[in-house]
Amino acid sequence: MYLTKEEELILAGEYGYALQKAMEILVALGEIYGADRLIPIKSAQVAGVSYKNIGDAGIEFLRDFVNSGAKVSVYTTLNPAGIGDEFFMEKQREILELYKAMGIEITSTCTPYYGANLPKFGDHIAWSESSAVIFANSILGARTNREGGPSSLAAAIVGKTPNYGLHLEENRKATVIVEVEAKLKDFADYSFLGYYLGKNLKNDVPYFKNLKPEKLDYLKELGASMAATGSIALYHVDGETPEYKYAIEDKLEKIQVEEKDLEEVKEKFKIDWSEIDAIVIGCPHASIQEVKEIAKLLKIREKPPKIPVLITASRVVKALADTLGYTEVIERYNGKIIADACLIVSPVENWHRGIATNSGKASFYFSSFGLKVRLEDTEKLILEAP
Amino acid sequence: MKLKGRKISGGKARGIALVSQKPLSFLGGVDPKTGVIKDTESDIKGESIKGKVLIFPRGKGSTVGSYVIYQLKKNGVAPAAIVVEEAETIVATGAIIAGIPMVDKIDISKIKTGQLVEVDADKGEVYIEE
Repeated sequence: MYLTKEEELILAGEYGYALQKAMEILVALGEIYGADRLIPIKSAQVAGVSYKNIGDAGIEFLRDFVNSGAKVSVYTTLNPAGIGDEFFMEKQREILELYKAMGIEITSTCTPYYGANLPKFGDHIAWSESSAVIFANSILGARTNREGGPSSLAAAIVGKTPNYGLHLEENRKATVIVEVEAKLKDFADYSFLGYYLGKNLKNDVPYFKNLKPEKLDYLKELGASMAATGSIALYHVDGETPEYKYAIEDKLEKIQVEEKDLEEVKEKFKIDWSEIDAIVIGCPHASIQEVKEIAKLLKIREKPPKIPVLITASRVVKALADTLGYTEVIERYNGKIIADACLIVSPVENWHRGIATNSGKASFYFSSFGLKVRLEDTEKLILEAP
Repeated sequence: MKLKGRKISGGKARGIALVSQKPLSFLGGVDPKTGVIKDTESDIKGESIKGKVLIFPRGKGSTVGSYVIYQLKKNGVAPAAIVVEEAETIVATGAIIAGIPMVDKIDISKIKTGQLVEVDADKGEVYIEE
Protein backbone atom coordinates (compact mmCIF):
# COMPACT_ATOMS: atom_id res chain seq x y z
CA MET A 1 0.00 0.00 0.00
CA TYR A 2 1.24 3.47 -0.93
CA LEU A 3 1.82 5.88 1.96
CA THR A 4 2.54 9.61 1.71
CA LYS A 5 5.62 11.04 3.42
CA GLU A 6 3.49 12.32 6.27
CA GLU A 7 1.76 8.95 6.70
CA GLU A 8 5.17 7.27 6.81
CA LEU A 9 6.23 9.67 9.57
CA ILE A 10 3.08 8.96 11.56
CA LEU A 11 3.75 5.24 11.19
CA ALA A 12 7.33 5.75 12.39
CA GLY A 13 6.03 7.36 15.58
CA GLU A 14 7.05 10.95 14.82
CA TYR A 15 3.62 12.25 15.87
CA GLY A 16 3.31 10.21 19.06
CA TYR A 17 2.07 6.84 20.24
CA ALA A 18 -1.68 7.20 19.65
CA LEU A 19 -1.39 8.32 16.03
CA GLN A 20 1.24 5.64 15.41
CA LYS A 21 -0.99 2.85 16.76
CA ALA A 22 -3.96 4.18 14.81
CA MET A 23 -1.87 4.28 11.63
CA GLU A 24 -0.55 0.75 12.26
CA ILE A 25 -4.15 -0.50 12.44
CA LEU A 26 -5.12 1.24 9.18
CA VAL A 27 -2.01 0.02 7.36
CA ALA A 28 -2.47 -3.57 8.54
CA LEU A 29 -6.13 -3.57 7.46
CA GLY A 30 -5.18 -1.96 4.17
CA GLU A 31 -2.60 -4.70 3.53
CA ILE A 32 -4.96 -7.49 4.57
CA TYR A 33 -7.78 -6.30 2.31
CA GLY A 34 -5.63 -5.09 -0.59
CA ALA A 35 -6.05 -1.30 -0.38
CA ASP A 36 -3.86 0.80 -2.70
CA ARG A 37 -3.73 3.83 -0.33
CA LEU A 38 -5.48 5.69 2.45
CA ILE A 39 -8.33 8.07 1.60
CA PRO A 40 -9.67 10.99 3.67
CA ILE A 41 -12.98 10.47 5.47
CA LYS A 42 -15.71 12.99 6.26
CA SER A 43 -16.87 11.42 9.51
CA ALA A 44 -16.61 8.43 11.81
CA GLN A 45 -19.12 6.54 13.93
CA VAL A 46 -17.47 4.57 16.70
CA ALA A 47 -18.83 1.38 18.30
CA GLY A 48 -17.49 -0.18 21.48
CA VAL A 49 -19.34 2.08 23.90
CA SER A 50 -21.38 -0.16 26.18
CA TYR A 51 -19.64 -1.45 29.29
CA LYS A 52 -21.42 -4.77 28.68
CA ASN A 53 -19.57 -5.10 25.38
CA ILE A 54 -16.10 -3.69 25.93
CA GLY A 55 -15.74 -4.45 29.64
CA ASP A 56 -12.67 -3.56 31.67
CA ALA A 57 -10.44 -4.56 28.74
CA GLY A 58 -11.91 -1.80 26.62
CA ILE A 59 -11.75 0.78 29.40
CA GLU A 60 -8.11 -0.01 29.99
CA PHE A 61 -7.31 0.41 26.30
CA LEU A 62 -9.26 3.68 26.00
CA ARG A 63 -7.64 5.11 29.13
CA ASP A 64 -4.13 4.31 27.90
CA PHE A 65 -5.05 5.78 24.51
CA VAL A 66 -6.36 9.02 26.05
CA ASN A 67 -3.31 9.29 28.28
CA SER A 68 -1.06 9.02 25.24
CA GLY A 69 -2.85 11.97 23.65
CA ALA A 70 -5.35 10.34 21.28
CA LYS A 71 -7.58 12.93 19.56
CA VAL A 72 -9.94 12.48 16.66
CA SER A 73 -9.25 14.59 13.58
CA VAL A 74 -12.66 14.29 11.87
CA TYR A 75 -16.23 14.69 13.10
CA THR A 76 -16.99 11.59 15.17
CA THR A 77 -20.12 10.31 16.91
CA LEU A 78 -20.72 7.32 19.19
CA ASN A 79 -22.81 4.18 19.30
CA PRO A 80 -25.44 3.68 22.03
CA ALA A 81 -24.46 3.21 25.64
CA GLY A 82 -25.77 0.50 27.94
CA ILE A 83 -27.87 0.85 31.07
CA GLY A 84 -27.56 -1.16 34.26
CA ASP A 85 -27.08 -0.97 38.02
CA GLU A 86 -25.06 1.68 39.83
CA PHE A 87 -21.74 -0.10 39.29
CA PHE A 88 -22.50 -0.52 35.59
CA MET A 89 -23.53 3.12 35.16
CA GLU A 90 -20.35 4.30 36.86
CA LYS A 91 -18.28 2.30 34.35
CA GLN A 92 -20.51 3.54 31.53
CA ARG A 93 -19.92 7.18 32.50
CA GLU A 94 -16.18 6.54 32.60
CA ILE A 95 -16.25 5.19 29.04
CA LEU A 96 -18.18 8.20 27.75
CA GLU A 97 -15.75 10.56 29.49
CA LEU A 98 -12.81 8.81 27.81
CA TYR A 99 -14.38 9.17 24.37
CA LYS A 100 -15.19 12.80 25.12
CA ALA A 101 -11.56 13.39 26.05
CA MET A 102 -10.63 12.28 22.53
CA GLY A 103 -12.84 14.99 21.07
CA ILE A 104 -15.73 12.70 20.13
CA GLU A 105 -19.33 13.93 20.30
CA ILE A 106 -20.85 11.63 22.88
CA THR A 107 -24.24 11.49 21.19
CA SER A 108 -24.77 7.79 21.71
CA THR A 109 -27.03 6.46 19.02
CA CYS A 110 -27.16 3.88 16.26
CA THR A 111 -29.10 6.45 14.18
CA PRO A 112 -26.61 9.34 14.01
CA TYR A 113 -28.21 10.24 10.67
CA TYR A 114 -31.36 11.48 12.45
CA GLY A 115 -29.27 14.12 14.16
CA ALA A 116 -25.63 14.94 14.62
CA ASN A 117 -24.03 12.98 11.79
CA LEU A 118 -25.65 12.90 8.34
CA PRO A 119 -23.30 12.03 5.47
CA LYS A 120 -24.22 12.88 1.91
CA PHE A 121 -24.08 10.89 -1.31
CA GLY A 122 -20.58 9.76 -2.24
CA ASP A 123 -18.94 10.74 1.06
CA HIS A 124 -16.24 8.35 2.28
CA ILE A 125 -16.80 7.63 5.96
CA ALA A 126 -15.56 5.06 8.50
CA TRP A 127 -18.53 3.83 10.46
CA SER A 128 -19.06 0.91 12.76
CA GLU A 129 -22.51 -0.24 13.93
CA SER A 130 -23.80 -2.56 11.26
CA SER A 131 -27.28 -0.99 11.04
CA ALA A 132 -25.85 2.50 10.55
CA VAL A 133 -23.33 1.18 8.02
CA ILE A 134 -26.00 -0.42 5.86
CA PHE A 135 -28.23 2.70 6.14
CA ALA A 136 -25.39 5.04 5.15
CA ASN A 137 -24.35 2.86 2.19
CA SER A 138 -27.78 1.93 0.89
CA ILE A 139 -30.13 4.82 1.68
CA LEU A 140 -27.70 7.75 1.72
CA GLY A 141 -25.19 6.49 -0.85
CA ALA A 142 -22.25 7.31 1.39
CA ARG A 143 -19.37 4.81 1.37
CA THR A 144 -18.14 2.79 4.32
CA ASN A 145 -16.94 -0.69 5.12
CA ARG A 146 -18.31 -2.49 8.16
CA GLU A 147 -15.77 -1.21 10.65
CA GLY A 148 -15.24 -2.55 14.14
CA GLY A 149 -14.84 -0.29 17.19
CA PRO A 150 -11.03 -0.02 17.13
CA SER A 151 -10.76 0.36 13.35
CA SER A 152 -13.33 3.19 13.22
CA LEU A 153 -11.54 4.87 16.12
CA ALA A 154 -8.21 4.52 14.31
CA ALA A 155 -9.78 6.08 11.20
CA ALA A 156 -11.26 8.90 13.28
CA ILE A 157 -7.84 9.69 14.77
CA VAL A 158 -5.94 9.63 11.49
CA GLY A 159 -8.85 11.09 9.50
CA LYS A 160 -8.39 8.44 6.82
CA THR A 161 -9.38 4.88 5.98
CA PRO A 162 -7.84 2.25 3.69
CA ASN A 163 -9.32 2.36 0.20
CA TYR A 164 -10.89 -1.08 -0.32
CA GLY A 165 -14.25 -2.83 -0.21
CA LEU A 166 -17.30 -0.59 -0.41
CA HIS A 167 -15.21 2.55 -0.96
CA LEU A 168 -14.62 1.27 -4.50
CA GLU A 169 -17.26 1.65 -7.21
CA GLU A 170 -16.85 -1.90 -8.50
CA ASN A 171 -17.64 -3.48 -5.14
CA ARG A 172 -20.93 -1.58 -4.85
CA LYS A 173 -22.58 -3.47 -7.72
CA ALA A 174 -25.37 -5.91 -6.97
CA THR A 175 -24.39 -9.59 -6.71
CA VAL A 176 -27.85 -11.14 -6.45
CA ILE A 177 -31.39 -10.12 -7.43
CA VAL A 178 -34.06 -10.66 -4.80
CA GLU A 179 -37.59 -10.79 -6.19
CA VAL A 180 -39.96 -10.20 -3.33
CA GLU A 181 -43.14 -12.12 -3.99
CA ALA A 182 -44.32 -12.07 -0.39
CA LYS A 183 -46.65 -9.16 0.35
CA LEU A 184 -44.97 -6.76 2.78
CA LYS A 185 -47.40 -4.43 4.48
CA ASP A 186 -45.84 -3.21 7.71
CA PHE A 187 -42.64 -2.67 9.71
CA ALA A 188 -42.55 -6.23 11.07
CA ASP A 189 -42.78 -7.71 7.56
CA TYR A 190 -39.53 -5.93 6.69
CA SER A 191 -38.05 -7.41 9.86
CA PHE A 192 -39.05 -10.92 8.74
CA LEU A 193 -37.61 -10.37 5.27
CA GLY A 194 -34.35 -8.92 6.60
CA TYR A 195 -33.95 -11.67 9.19
CA TYR A 196 -34.51 -14.35 6.54
CA LEU A 197 -32.15 -12.84 3.95
CA GLY A 198 -29.32 -12.18 6.40
CA LYS A 199 -29.38 -15.87 7.23
CA ASN A 200 -29.62 -17.02 3.62
CA LEU A 201 -27.40 -14.65 1.66
CA LYS A 202 -23.64 -14.54 2.10
CA ASN A 203 -21.44 -11.50 1.78
CA ASP A 204 -23.78 -10.28 -0.96
CA VAL A 205 -25.05 -6.97 -2.31
CA PRO A 206 -28.74 -7.75 -2.88
CA TYR A 207 -30.85 -5.86 -5.43
CA PHE A 208 -34.53 -5.87 -4.50
CA LYS A 209 -37.31 -5.99 -7.06
CA ASN A 210 -41.02 -5.53 -6.26
CA LEU A 211 -40.26 -3.69 -3.08
CA LYS A 212 -42.32 -0.54 -2.52
CA PRO A 213 -41.69 0.51 1.09
CA GLU A 214 -44.30 2.96 2.36
CA LYS A 215 -41.93 4.40 4.92
CA LEU A 216 -38.21 5.01 5.25
CA ASP A 217 -38.37 3.27 8.64
CA TYR A 218 -39.19 0.03 6.83
CA LEU A 219 -35.96 0.21 4.83
CA LYS A 220 -34.02 1.08 7.98
CA GLU A 221 -35.34 -2.10 9.62
CA LEU A 222 -34.80 -4.28 6.55
CA GLY A 223 -31.13 -3.28 6.49
CA ALA A 224 -30.63 -3.57 10.24
CA SER A 225 -32.11 -7.08 10.31
CA MET A 226 -30.06 -8.29 7.33
CA ALA A 227 -26.91 -6.86 8.86
CA ALA A 228 -27.65 -8.49 12.23
CA THR A 229 -28.32 -12.02 11.02
CA GLY A 230 -25.74 -11.83 8.24
CA SER A 231 -22.83 -9.75 7.01
CA ILE A 232 -24.59 -7.60 4.41
CA ALA A 233 -23.48 -3.94 4.36
CA LEU A 234 -25.17 -2.59 1.19
CA TYR A 235 -28.37 -3.23 -0.75
CA HIS A 236 -30.20 -1.58 -3.61
CA VAL A 237 -33.93 -1.25 -4.16
CA ASP A 238 -35.24 -0.91 -7.71
CA GLY A 239 -36.54 2.64 -8.18
CA GLU A 240 -35.92 3.62 -4.57
CA THR A 241 -32.29 3.85 -3.45
CA PRO A 242 -29.72 6.29 -4.90
CA GLU A 243 -27.42 3.84 -6.71
CA TYR A 244 -29.95 1.40 -8.15
CA LYS A 245 -29.52 2.60 -11.75
CA TYR A 246 -25.83 1.68 -11.79
CA ALA A 247 -26.06 -1.41 -9.64
CA ILE A 248 -26.57 -4.10 -12.25
CA GLU A 249 -23.92 -4.81 -14.86
CA ASP A 250 -23.81 -8.53 -15.43
CA LYS A 251 -26.39 -11.22 -15.51
CA LEU A 252 -27.08 -12.06 -11.90
CA GLU A 253 -28.45 -14.98 -9.99
CA LYS A 254 -32.08 -14.45 -8.96
CA ILE A 255 -33.82 -15.64 -5.86
CA GLN A 256 -37.50 -15.37 -5.04
CA VAL A 257 -38.82 -14.77 -1.54
CA GLU A 258 -42.35 -16.05 -1.05
CA GLU A 259 -44.71 -15.92 1.92
CA LYS A 260 -43.75 -19.44 2.93
CA ASP A 261 -40.06 -18.52 3.18
CA LEU A 262 -40.90 -15.97 5.86
CA GLU A 263 -43.13 -18.41 7.76
CA GLU A 264 -40.17 -20.05 9.50
CA VAL A 265 -39.04 -16.74 11.00
CA LYS A 266 -42.60 -15.88 12.01
CA GLU A 267 -43.00 -19.26 13.72
CA LYS A 268 -39.75 -18.83 15.64
CA PHE A 269 -40.96 -15.62 17.28
CA LYS A 270 -44.56 -16.43 18.24
CA ILE A 271 -44.11 -16.56 22.01
CA ASP A 272 -47.36 -16.14 23.96
CA TRP A 273 -48.02 -12.83 25.73
CA SER A 274 -48.06 -14.66 29.10
CA GLU A 275 -44.27 -15.08 28.79
CA ILE A 276 -43.57 -11.45 27.82
CA ASP A 277 -42.68 -8.84 30.44
CA ALA A 278 -41.78 -5.82 28.28
CA ILE A 279 -42.37 -4.32 24.85
CA VAL A 280 -39.21 -2.94 23.25
CA ILE A 281 -39.44 -0.68 20.20
CA GLY A 282 -36.62 1.30 18.63
CA CYS A 283 -34.01 -1.08 17.24
CA PRO A 284 -32.44 0.70 15.42
CA HIS A 285 -33.36 3.81 17.45
CA ALA A 286 -36.88 5.01 16.65
CA SER A 287 -37.56 7.92 14.32
CA ILE A 288 -39.91 10.70 15.41
CA GLN A 289 -42.55 9.20 13.09
CA GLU A 290 -42.32 5.87 14.90
CA VAL A 291 -42.62 7.61 18.27
CA LYS A 292 -45.65 9.54 17.05
CA GLU A 293 -47.32 6.33 15.86
CA ILE A 294 -46.78 4.65 19.25
CA ALA A 295 -48.28 7.63 21.09
CA LYS A 296 -51.29 7.54 18.76
CA LEU A 297 -51.81 3.80 19.25
CA LEU A 298 -51.53 4.08 23.03
CA LYS A 299 -54.31 6.67 23.02
CA ILE A 300 -56.49 4.39 20.92
CA ARG A 301 -56.17 1.55 23.41
CA GLU A 302 -57.26 3.83 26.26
CA LYS A 303 -56.05 1.58 29.10
CA PRO A 304 -52.27 1.51 29.72
CA PRO A 305 -50.68 -1.87 29.01
CA LYS A 306 -49.77 -3.94 32.09
CA ILE A 307 -46.22 -4.43 30.81
CA PRO A 308 -43.95 -1.44 30.11
CA VAL A 309 -43.47 -0.03 26.60
CA LEU A 310 -39.76 0.78 26.32
CA ILE A 311 -38.83 2.95 23.34
CA THR A 312 -35.16 3.49 22.58
CA ALA A 313 -34.27 6.57 20.56
CA SER A 314 -31.55 9.15 20.09
CA ARG A 315 -31.51 12.19 22.37
CA VAL A 316 -32.43 14.27 19.31
CA VAL A 317 -35.63 12.31 18.72
CA LYS A 318 -36.41 12.28 22.46
CA ALA A 319 -36.11 16.07 22.56
CA LEU A 320 -38.49 16.35 19.60
CA ALA A 321 -40.93 13.96 21.27
CA ASP A 322 -40.75 16.05 24.47
CA THR A 323 -41.46 19.25 22.56
CA LEU A 324 -44.25 17.78 20.47
CA GLY A 325 -46.00 16.23 23.47
CA TYR A 326 -45.52 12.54 22.55
CA THR A 327 -43.33 11.76 25.56
CA GLU A 328 -46.05 12.92 27.93
CA VAL A 329 -48.63 10.64 26.26
CA ILE A 330 -46.26 7.67 26.23
CA GLU A 331 -45.42 8.08 29.91
CA ARG A 332 -49.09 8.26 30.82
CA TYR A 333 -49.55 4.82 29.24
CA ASN A 334 -46.81 2.92 31.09
CA GLY A 335 -44.28 3.83 28.42
CA LYS A 336 -40.84 5.39 28.51
CA ILE A 337 -38.45 6.82 25.95
CA ILE A 338 -34.91 5.73 26.79
CA ALA A 339 -32.54 8.22 25.17
CA ASP A 340 -29.09 7.42 23.74
CA ALA A 341 -29.03 3.90 25.15
CA CYS A 342 -29.72 0.41 23.83
CA LEU A 343 -31.15 -2.63 25.58
CA ILE A 344 -29.21 -5.08 23.40
CA VAL A 345 -25.97 -3.72 24.84
CA SER A 346 -27.35 -3.72 28.40
CA PRO A 347 -27.49 -6.69 30.81
CA VAL A 348 -31.19 -7.03 29.95
CA GLU A 349 -31.24 -10.76 30.72
CA ASN A 350 -30.96 -9.79 34.42
CA TRP A 351 -34.33 -8.01 34.38
CA HIS A 352 -36.43 -9.52 31.58
CA ARG A 353 -37.40 -13.01 30.55
CA GLY A 354 -39.58 -12.33 27.53
CA ILE A 355 -39.64 -9.37 25.16
CA ALA A 356 -42.10 -8.35 22.44
CA THR A 357 -40.67 -6.23 19.65
CA ASN A 358 -41.21 -5.18 16.03
CA SER A 359 -37.51 -5.46 15.23
CA GLY A 360 -35.81 -8.38 13.50
CA LYS A 361 -32.44 -7.18 14.75
CA ALA A 362 -33.63 -6.99 18.36
CA SER A 363 -35.27 -10.43 18.03
CA PHE A 364 -32.02 -11.93 16.83
CA TYR A 365 -29.96 -10.54 19.71
CA PHE A 366 -32.48 -10.99 22.52
CA SER A 367 -33.04 -14.62 21.58
CA SER A 368 -29.26 -15.15 21.45
CA PHE A 369 -29.17 -14.00 25.11
CA GLY A 370 -31.70 -16.71 25.98
CA LEU A 371 -34.77 -14.45 26.18
CA LYS A 372 -38.18 -15.42 24.79
CA VAL A 373 -39.14 -13.17 21.89
CA ARG A 374 -42.43 -12.20 20.27
CA LEU A 375 -41.98 -10.40 16.94
CA GLU A 376 -44.91 -8.59 15.37
CA ASP A 377 -45.93 -5.21 14.06
CA THR A 378 -46.13 -2.05 16.17
CA GLU A 379 -49.90 -1.76 15.85
CA LYS A 380 -50.53 -5.28 17.13
CA LEU A 381 -47.94 -4.92 19.89
CA ILE A 382 -49.51 -1.79 21.28
CA LEU A 383 -53.18 -2.63 20.75
CA GLU A 384 -53.07 -6.29 21.80
CA ALA A 385 -50.60 -6.23 24.70
CA PRO A 386 -52.22 -7.32 27.99
CA MET B 1 12.51 -24.91 8.72
CA LYS B 2 11.62 -21.37 7.64
CA LEU B 3 8.09 -20.35 6.62
CA LYS B 4 7.55 -17.08 4.79
CA GLY B 5 4.42 -15.06 5.49
CA ARG B 6 3.40 -11.44 5.85
CA LYS B 7 3.88 -8.94 8.68
CA ILE B 8 0.69 -7.84 10.41
CA SER B 9 2.11 -6.51 13.69
CA GLY B 10 5.85 -5.93 14.05
CA GLY B 11 8.35 -7.36 16.52
CA LYS B 12 10.23 -10.58 17.29
CA ALA B 13 9.43 -13.35 19.74
CA ARG B 14 10.23 -16.95 20.58
CA GLY B 15 8.14 -19.58 22.31
CA ILE B 16 6.52 -23.00 22.34
CA ALA B 17 3.90 -23.47 19.63
CA LEU B 18 0.26 -23.97 20.62
CA VAL B 19 -1.65 -24.93 17.48
CA SER B 20 -5.43 -24.93 17.03
CA GLN B 21 -7.10 -26.14 13.83
CA LYS B 22 -10.22 -24.05 14.53
CA PRO B 23 -11.04 -20.35 14.20
CA LEU B 24 -10.68 -18.64 17.57
CA SER B 25 -12.93 -16.11 19.30
CA PHE B 26 -11.18 -14.03 21.92
CA LEU B 27 -14.33 -12.51 23.44
CA GLY B 28 -15.77 -15.33 25.52
CA GLY B 29 -13.21 -17.78 24.13
CA VAL B 30 -10.19 -16.80 26.22
CA ASP B 31 -10.12 -15.85 29.91
CA PRO B 32 -8.47 -12.40 29.97
CA LYS B 33 -7.24 -12.90 33.55
CA THR B 34 -5.53 -16.27 33.12
CA GLY B 35 -4.98 -16.66 29.39
CA VAL B 36 -6.72 -20.03 29.42
CA ILE B 37 -8.88 -21.05 26.43
CA LYS B 38 -12.53 -21.33 27.53
CA ASP B 39 -14.24 -21.77 24.14
CA THR B 40 -16.04 -25.13 24.41
CA GLU B 41 -15.78 -25.63 20.64
CA SER B 42 -12.03 -25.14 20.64
CA ASP B 43 -9.61 -28.06 20.19
CA ILE B 44 -7.20 -26.36 22.62
CA LYS B 45 -9.76 -25.78 25.38
CA GLY B 46 -8.13 -25.63 28.82
CA GLU B 47 -4.69 -24.73 27.42
CA SER B 48 -2.91 -21.58 28.54
CA ILE B 49 -1.75 -19.23 25.76
CA LYS B 50 0.59 -17.32 28.08
CA GLY B 51 4.04 -16.91 26.50
CA LYS B 52 3.18 -19.34 23.69
CA VAL B 53 3.35 -18.78 19.97
CA LEU B 54 -0.38 -19.05 19.38
CA ILE B 55 -1.21 -20.53 15.99
CA PHE B 56 -4.70 -20.85 14.48
CA PRO B 57 -6.42 -20.48 11.10
CA ARG B 58 -8.23 -17.15 11.73
CA GLY B 59 -10.17 -15.10 14.25
CA LYS B 60 -13.93 -15.10 14.61
CA GLY B 61 -16.64 -13.57 16.78
CA SER B 62 -17.07 -10.11 18.26
CA THR B 63 -14.82 -7.18 17.35
CA VAL B 64 -14.49 -6.63 21.11
CA GLY B 65 -12.02 -9.52 20.87
CA SER B 66 -9.37 -6.92 19.98
CA TYR B 67 -9.72 -5.40 23.45
CA VAL B 68 -9.51 -8.83 25.07
CA ILE B 69 -6.12 -9.34 23.40
CA TYR B 70 -5.06 -5.96 24.83
CA GLN B 71 -6.20 -7.00 28.31
CA LEU B 72 -4.33 -10.32 28.07
CA LYS B 73 -1.18 -8.31 27.44
CA LYS B 74 -1.84 -5.94 30.35
CA ASN B 75 -2.44 -8.93 32.62
CA GLY B 76 0.83 -10.56 31.57
CA VAL B 77 -0.85 -13.65 30.09
CA ALA B 78 -0.72 -12.78 26.37
CA PRO B 79 0.84 -15.06 23.77
CA ALA B 80 4.44 -14.19 22.79
CA ALA B 81 3.41 -14.08 19.14
CA ILE B 82 0.44 -14.89 16.90
CA VAL B 83 0.60 -16.81 13.63
CA VAL B 84 -2.48 -17.30 11.45
CA GLU B 85 -3.37 -18.46 7.97
CA GLU B 86 -5.55 -15.47 7.15
CA ALA B 87 -5.54 -12.28 9.23
CA GLU B 88 -8.82 -10.47 9.76
CA THR B 89 -9.78 -7.25 11.52
CA ILE B 90 -10.34 -8.52 15.06
CA VAL B 91 -7.07 -10.32 15.76
CA ALA B 92 -4.94 -7.99 13.62
CA THR B 93 -6.22 -4.93 15.49
CA GLY B 94 -5.80 -6.68 18.84
CA ALA B 95 -2.21 -7.69 18.09
CA ILE B 96 -1.33 -4.15 16.99
CA ILE B 97 -2.78 -2.33 19.99
CA ALA B 98 -1.27 -4.92 22.34
CA GLY B 99 2.12 -4.82 20.59
CA ILE B 100 2.19 -8.59 19.96
CA PRO B 101 4.20 -9.71 16.90
CA MET B 102 1.85 -11.26 14.34
CA VAL B 103 2.36 -12.92 10.96
CA ASP B 104 -0.21 -14.26 8.50
CA LYS B 105 -0.21 -16.27 5.25
CA ILE B 106 1.46 -19.23 6.94
CA ASP B 107 0.55 -22.87 6.25
CA ILE B 108 -0.16 -23.78 9.87
CA SER B 109 -0.28 -27.53 9.16
CA LYS B 110 3.55 -27.33 9.03
CA ILE B 111 3.73 -26.49 12.74
CA LYS B 112 2.98 -28.86 15.64
CA THR B 113 2.07 -28.03 19.22
CA GLY B 114 5.16 -28.22 21.44
CA GLN B 115 7.71 -27.22 18.79
CA LEU B 116 9.99 -24.28 19.57
CA VAL B 117 9.13 -21.46 17.18
CA GLU B 118 10.71 -18.09 16.48
CA VAL B 119 8.62 -15.35 14.86
CA ASP B 120 10.32 -12.41 13.12
CA ALA B 121 7.22 -10.41 12.27
CA ASP B 122 9.14 -7.52 10.74
CA LYS B 123 10.42 -9.91 8.06
CA GLY B 124 7.15 -11.86 8.06
CA GLU B 125 9.06 -15.05 8.87
CA VAL B 126 8.46 -18.04 11.15
CA TYR B 127 11.31 -20.43 12.03
CA ILE B 128 10.60 -23.87 13.39
CA GLU B 129 13.47 -25.35 15.36
CA GLU B 130 13.76 -29.05 14.51
